[in-house]
This record gives sequence, structure tokens and C-alpha cells, in this order.
Amino acid sequence: MPRLAVPETRPRRPGHRSLVAKVPAFQPRQKGFQPMFLRSIAFVLALLSAGGLPATPVTAQSGPLRIEITEGVIEPLPFALPAFVAETPAATQLAADISNLIAADLEGTGLFRRIPAEAHISRVTSFDAPVAYADWKAINAQALITGAVSADANGSVSVKFRLYDVFSGGELGEGLRLGGSATSWRRLAHKVADQVYSRITGEGGYFDSRVVFVSESGPKDNREKRLAVMDYDGANVQYLTDSSSIVLAPRFSPTGDRVLYTSYATGQPEIYLMQVGDVRQQALNTGQGAMTFAPRFGPDGQTVVYSRSVGGNTDIFATRIGGQPVQLTNTPAIETAPSFSPDGSQIVFESDRSGTQQLYIMPASGGEPRRISFGQGRYGTPVWSPRGDLIAFTKQNQGRFHIGVMRTDGSEERLLTGAFLDEGPTWAPNGRVIMFTRESAGAGGQPSLWSVDISGRNLKRVPTPGAASDPAWSPLLP
Amino acid sequence: MAHPVITAVLLIGAVGLTACTNPDRFGSGSDSYGAGGAGAGAGITPGSASDPSSPAYFQAAVGDRILFPVDQSSLTPEARSTLDGQANWLSTNTAYNATIEGHADEQGTREYNLALGARRANAVQEYLMSRGVAGTRLKTVSYGKERPIEICSEEACYAQNRRAVTVLQAGLGS
Repeated sequence: MPRLAVPETRPRRPGHRSLVAKVPAFQPRQKGFQPMFLRSIAFVLALLSAGGLPATPVTAQSGPLRIEITEGVIEPLPFALPAFVAETPAATQLAADISNLIAADLEGTGLFRRIPAEAHISRVTSFDAPVAYADWKAINAQALITGAVSADANGSVSVKFRLYDVFSGGELGEGLRLGGSATSWRRLAHKVADQVYSRITGEGGYFDSRVVFVSESGPKDNREKRLAVMDYDGANVQYLTDSSSIVLAPRFSPTGDRVLYTSYATGQPEIYLMQVGDVRQQALNTGQGAMTFAPRFGPDGQTVVYSRSVGGNTDIFATRIGGQPVQLTNTPAIETAPSFSPDGSQIVFESDRSGTQQLYIMPASGGEPRRISFGQGRYGTPVWSPRGDLIAFTKQNQGRFHIGVMRTDGSEERLLTGAFLDEGPTWAPNGRVIMFTRESAGAGGQPSLWSVDISGRNLKRVPTPGAASDPAWSPLLP
Repeated sequence: MAHPVITAVLLIGAVGLTACTNPDRFGSGSDSYGAGGAGAGAGITPGSASDPSSPAYFQAAVGDRILFPVDQSSLTPEARSTLDGQANWLSTNTAYNATIEGHADEQGTREYNLALGARRANAVQEYLMSRGVAGTRLKTVSYGKERPIEICSEEACYAQNRRAVTVLQAGLGS
């Protein structure tokens, strides 16, 4: 009797396939990717070199742990993240919370899947204990994240972590220790998750970031709006204004410490600048009697580009904060929603000069624009990707709204969403995820915040305390 | 090294509230007109809709709003007729100034709708000026899609929301 043919065990990583996320075809790989810890050095207290592991971290591997973020469906990468070891008694809860938040960040991308603790064979009881690779291979954990948390009586917290490539049997990158206060534990966890994401995908992270938005309440014909700011995942919501005036479309400065927004405080829309730290506000006085709106910072953090309506005609202007405005467009059409290229040399905006809203790019100093949108329907609210390669936009076509992306020459347009009313995209700091407003239809319609990958995958609602609109993503926090 | 996180969290944690004393008005009510210099004829209740010099009359009998086709700021014949009435009323009742509020329906992006509302308000202002109302008595503001008066997501509601409303203010008695 022939034996049942048992298929050969397939190599777990065929052809030593790397697990690193590959960007969609239209997105060139970022050259000279810089590990994130170089940018957040102030936060990092020490590279780990002590303990029972080799002082020289494993950095160069022939087949590094990588996720290829392709356009096709990808299988989330299974990882094990045993609860971080509490090295002091006071750290027990924190260690659990931090571990779970790191896992939530990673799983929230749709690129990773946490293997439940019940499936683990090994237990990690000491941060410096040798890794039993065979036990993690047996449960098909591609990545292993171990860590430890200690807390002292002064409220200082220290988090250490290491990332292992289970199947090549080595560490991916160096162990790191991050320090902060107990109240900042979420940021510590986000920073660890950013490290892990970054090392495995080769992309910058985005978890340690904030989102400023408009919090809405009340009926549709009498909405009350307040500026609010929260962590990227909806935690730590704080209100920046009350609801006595309509406020619209806040935008972060390139350093994340200031916000431009439009308010009806004087009875007509005007642009204000707020210091997020102490919520100090100042009018930019861009209007001089006319209404101004749709402000956005240039990459220098000092230039503001915006729209001004005079005699019913809306054009684009730019000004240094406190300086003299310069008019950049001059047509009878509506020109609005300007957004700088990351290098500050160009501005993408929308204009209905052709008869309907379309996207155009002009030099930052003004001058002849070139149209980049040519598909069916109307295109508005263009936003240049922080990586410079793509422009996100709102598209209206046949009664539906879409969030989409296209290259800066207008090619390779791709719609990521479609709904009754989607609008106002904003980019994650790494240029891979877009957040936007989705409003439901009808008398009870409410806006909410959603996010989606630029691949079109992983569409999900961003939690907010109530109705919310007009999100703007901060850069990675320092 | 200090803990940068502490600083950042404290700064961001400081929540303040703005103090604003300018309640928005959206031209859908009949309140807050102040003491106009409206005269009262015999047999009619001053200030009521039966008083032709009252804001209530302006709203109800003259018509304080006009509607626009989708994505348009041009004036329909019906709108011109209403605006002719507004111009006559304003020419007679010089104690009042007006703010023209431009609105859009929800089928558009926020910024574009603000600009579209500005176009609509301006179209009304220009028409009233062409009919003899001094430009100094007229202001414009756009609310874009921020203040619908009808809240369904159907054309019946959208049609009412694509509007320009002429909101009276008691002037300086000039």
C-alpha cells in the first residue's frame, strides 16, 4: 500500500525570500533609508550592549527579515511578542500595556499578525536569556520581539527591546533602550513599534505621531466644531478651542508644534496660527477685509500658502508669517487647496479654470501651472506626499467621492476609496498611509476619520470620541 | 539628558479655550435685528410681517434668499426678481445694512464650497449694487457647506441649501 504522500516541508522562506515590505510598483524605493533611531536620538538613552548577548549586535545579514509590501494581497507577517519582562515591581502593568500597544501598532498596519501567547512554547522571563529559536520557529514566528520595562519611584520608565529574525537566527538591528516618564508610556511603545516596523519594512515609521482634527457635535444644520489633537491611534484627545466659532481644516507645521487653521471668530473666515503647546492663537491678518482660508505651511515652517476671496474670486497667495502677501494665481476661476512639494519648489492646487475642479502644479513663486489631472470627474484637495513622489486628492465622479493618489505628473492614478462623501486626505509621516474624512449620508449623517494604505488596503475607522473631520497628520514626533 | 517626552507631553497637555463673543448667524431666523428705525403705519403692528418696513416683512414678503443651480453662481430669472424686491426694500429702508451669506450643498469639497459660496454672495452683492444699493451697505461672507438649512442628502434638500441669504442689520440710522 502506497504511503500517503506527505508533501515536503516547504522552505519557510522560499529562496530566502526576504520579509521586507516592498512598495507598490509605482513607488520607487527610498534610497539611503535612514534607520529611524538616528532621527530620534534624543529619545534613545542607550544602545544595549550589556547582558548575556554579544556586545556587537547582529546587523549585517544575508537574508534580513523583510516584508515586501506588494500590490497584491499579502499575508501578514506572524510575530511573537511575549509580554515584556517587568524588571521592577512597579512596572508590571506598564510592561503589559506597552507590550500590547506595540503589538496593536504593528497589527494595525495590516502587515503583521501577533501569535497569541497561548501558542508560545518558550517563555521569556529574562531580557538577557538566550533565545530558543527552535521554539519560535516551531510556531512559525518570523519575528520575535522581546523587551523589558523598569520604573522607578520618580515616575521614570525605561523600556528595552530586541528584534530577532527567527529563521536566520539573529538579531535584526541593535537592541535599544528608551526612557521617558510613566505618563508618556504610549509614546515609548509607539517608538518601539516604529523601530520594529522600520527595520522590517525598510520604511520610516508613523506610530509616534499626532493628528489634529475638527471635533464635531450637534445636528447637521447647527454643527458645533472644535479643534482637537490626539495620538495617531485616537488616544490622548485634547481640545484646542471651544465651539463658539466654526473652525476648519487645521494643518500642522513641519515641526508639529504649530497649527494653521481657519476660524469664523470675527464673523468671516480668517486664518489663525496656534502654538499647540499653550494654545496661544494669533490672526495672520491675511484677509485685510477679505475672507481667507485653506492655509498650509511650506516646508520651511515660515511660509504660508492659502486662498483669499475678493469680489467673489478666489486666488492663491503666499506670505511669510508676519510678512507681505504675494499673489500666486490671478484668474477669474476658483483657485484653492494649495500644498507645497516637500522641497518647497512647487505648489499643487485645484482650479476650476477649465470648467470643473482639476489639479495643477505651479512653481512656488507662481507662474504658469500645468494641469496634471485628466480623468473623469472633478479633482480637489491635492496634498503632496512627504516623500515627494505622489499626490493624494479627493475625486468626485458620478455622485460618489473617492480618495486617490497619482504621480506628480498625473500618471498612474489610483482610487483607494469610494463612498457617499470621502474628502480631505492627509499623509502619514512615512507617506504610506492616508487619513481622511468620511461623512455618512442623510439627516443623521456624521463625519468620521478613516485611514487607508496607499495600496488601497487596510481601510479602517480611526477612533474619535465623537464625530470628527478634517484630519491633519503631524510629522514623527521628536 | 533630560526627558524630552515629559516636556512634549506637558506642552501638548495644556488645554486652553478661546473666548469668542461673536455668535455666528446664518440667516435662518428672525431674531437679533436690534432696534431698527422702522416706522410703523397705522393699524399694523410695528416690526411684524405686516409692517412693510420690518425685517420680518423683508424675510417673508420680499424674500431674503435666492437659490442656485448645481455648481452655479449665475442668477436665475426668479432670483433676479427676488433681488429686485430686495433692492427696492433696501432703497426705501436705509436704516438697514445687509450681509449676504453664500452657501453650498454638501456635494463638494470643503474649500471649493467656501469659494463657491463667495461667488454666490458676490453675485447677489453686484446685482443689488446694479439696482442702486450702495456697496458700502453690503457685506458678503461664505459659509460653504458648513450651514445647511435642510439636512437630507437628496436634491430636494440640496436645492434649498444652494442659496444666498440677505441678512439685515440695523445700520447707523443713515
